[in-house]
Amino acid sequence: MDLLLDGFQTALTPENLLFALIGVLLGTAVGVLPGIGPAMALALLLPVTYSVGVDSAIIMFAGIYYGGMYGGSTTSILLNTPGESSSVITAIEGNKMAKSGRAAQALATAAIGSFVAGTIGTVLLWILVPRVADVVVTLGAPSYFAVMVLAFFAVTMVLGSSKLRGFISLFLGLAIALVGTSTGQARLTFGNAQLADGIDVVVVAVGIFAIGEALWVAAHLRRKPLEIIPVGQPWMSRADWKRSWKPWLRGTAFGFPFGALPAGGAEVPTFLSYATEQKLSKHPEEFGKGAIEGVAGPEAANNASAAGTLLPLLTLGLPTTATASIMLVAVQSYGIQPGPQLLDSEPKLVWGLLASLVIANALLLVINLPMAPLWARLLQIPRPQLYAGILFFATLGAYTANFAAFDLLLLVVLGLLGLAMRRFGLPVLPLIVGVILGPAMELQLTQALQISQGDVSTLWSEPVAVVVYAVMGLMLLAMAVGVVRGKKSPVPATTEDAEELVNR
Amino acid sequence: MSIVVAYSPDRFGQAALEHAAGLARKDRTRLVVVNATLGNSLVDDRFAHDADIAALQEELSAEGLEVVVRHDVVDDVADAVVAAADEEKAELIVVGIRHRTPVGKLLLGSVAQRIILDAHCPVLAVKPA
Repeated sequence: MDLLLDGFQTALTPENLLFALIGVLLGTAVGVLPGIGPAMALALLLPVTYSVGVDSAIIMFAGIYYGGMYGGSTTSILLNTPGESSSVITAIEGNKMAKSGRAAQALATAAIGSFVAGTIGTVLLWILVPRVADVVVTLGAPSYFAVMVLAFFAVTMVLGSSKLRGFISLFLGLAIALVGTSTGQARLTFGNAQLADGIDVVVVAVGIFAIGEALWVAAHLRRKPLEIIPVGQPWMSRADWKRSWKPWLRGTAFGFPFGALPAGGAEVPTFLSYATEQKLSKHPEEFGKGAIEGVAGPEAANNASAAGTLLPLLTLGLPTTATASIMLVAVQSYGIQPGPQLLDSEPKLVWGLLASLVIANALLLVINLPMAPLWARLLQIPRPQLYAGILFFATLGAYTANFAAFDLLLLVVLGLLGLAMRRFGLPVLPLIVGVILGPAMELQLTQALQISQGDVSTLWSEPVAVVVYAVMGLMLLAMAVGVVRGKKSPVPATTEDAEELVNR
Repeated sequence: MSIVVAYSPDRFGQAALEHAAGLARKDRTRLVVVNATLGNSLVDDRFAHDADIAALQEELSAEGLEVVVRHDVVDDVADAVVAAADEEKAELIVVGIRHRTPVGKLLLGSVAQRIILDAHCPVLAVKPA
């Protein structure tokens, strides 16, 4: 408890409050604009970490992450174009509500639901982070290795429309991570001295997220403008409150665990929440025509999962979403290794972050409820100007990573890779997780084998590792059964739609 | 012969349209409504919704006017209006004009000014009442 109060002390300094405010404003903005997600925003802002204190930077980044989840709902509801993939479900009911003149109520239930879920999620983090960290400290290298394999497996197999595409993306990421001489011998350097230090993660993230997206948009520049639904002040009637509060809580219950699992992501819980609300609703006939429950539940779920994602990130150093991956890179750039020791070695940082999440949430509610029509105006920004700015900051960020012109060449190559991935429907998340976790996994593997003096059986010598492998086996089995039965699970279908919608 | 009107769904476009419709009624000429956008932002206030365009067309046709609507994504809005006037052999282009500060004009340009300077026929500038 004292630690939490100390955390508030860190978070409430004027400087950190300012960074939290900048974070939530930026986060809402990038959430509103389709195609520009919190992951891209963080990648562009990574150079900020060179000049700002670690607590301020991470507080700002968390604000962007939470803000992106709020902002995404605005475009889903008003435009039927989700700002990011976790808002796809919101678009189904939210846009129907808006079309029938209930845009204000849809925006209100999304914002208040996000606040409720975000707050509950943050409180759960306060309780769980210290407890989980205590357990995790006892894990050895074999267990770590197993958990990382599970994370790779999960982001590749569970999410995304095609497992083959997921694996292609994952191995591209692992290959990029291999470049360099960190293990003593040169790997994939092609005799080029400038590749000896490996490819900076900043360059990879900026290239794939920012340059790739900018090229993709440039290839689809002139489009018929979308028809936006005008909206006034968001508000809810007593009946709306009554129909919303249960879906908020149920959405939170779905979102947090899914965010916290290495198989995380916000898409699956939003879908589950939607399906549950459809089943439990007293107005099932309204679903598909604009049911408020169908907005309240998924919006709560995606915010709760954003909170849940921070649990493995802070305790294991394990990112489960693209945004969390970039946050990990940011922390690492300060020479801090996120992992089980983080809570002991950097209590001020961790508790400051956990306290600031509550503040960010409150700020988001304040800036989102009254200002929703204002945020919608961001959509009028002409794309050439917007993406010119993004390209400028992308190039600047990649260059300042090492002040090497060679990095700019790499940036262009990776940007073209990002464009090709979007063109051929390869998911970006496995690649970025591969780049970031690849070296960490290799480290754990070498450590485990060094301790056991080359005995491979050490990899399944710890109970946690055995359990993790068993879980993976069960997942594989379930998938195989699904394939044999020819039953297509509904989740991949939605993510496919998600890509289509987000890339529109 | 025909009259081309540069239309946008706001009071400036409305003023231009009303004036052009009045002239078309009096002279019994064709009315060509041009509503175009660059299509480079996700939302463009000055690009009318399809439903509104259909309603507008129906309303004017109901009065017995011959109405053609050009509702397109183009490279340049002013060029599109001038090109429409050339193709339709228009005798007149009607545009709504708004007040722009010099800085605003520098940043945003002025479609009306470009039409006035580039058109090959007389241009009538209309201000909302």
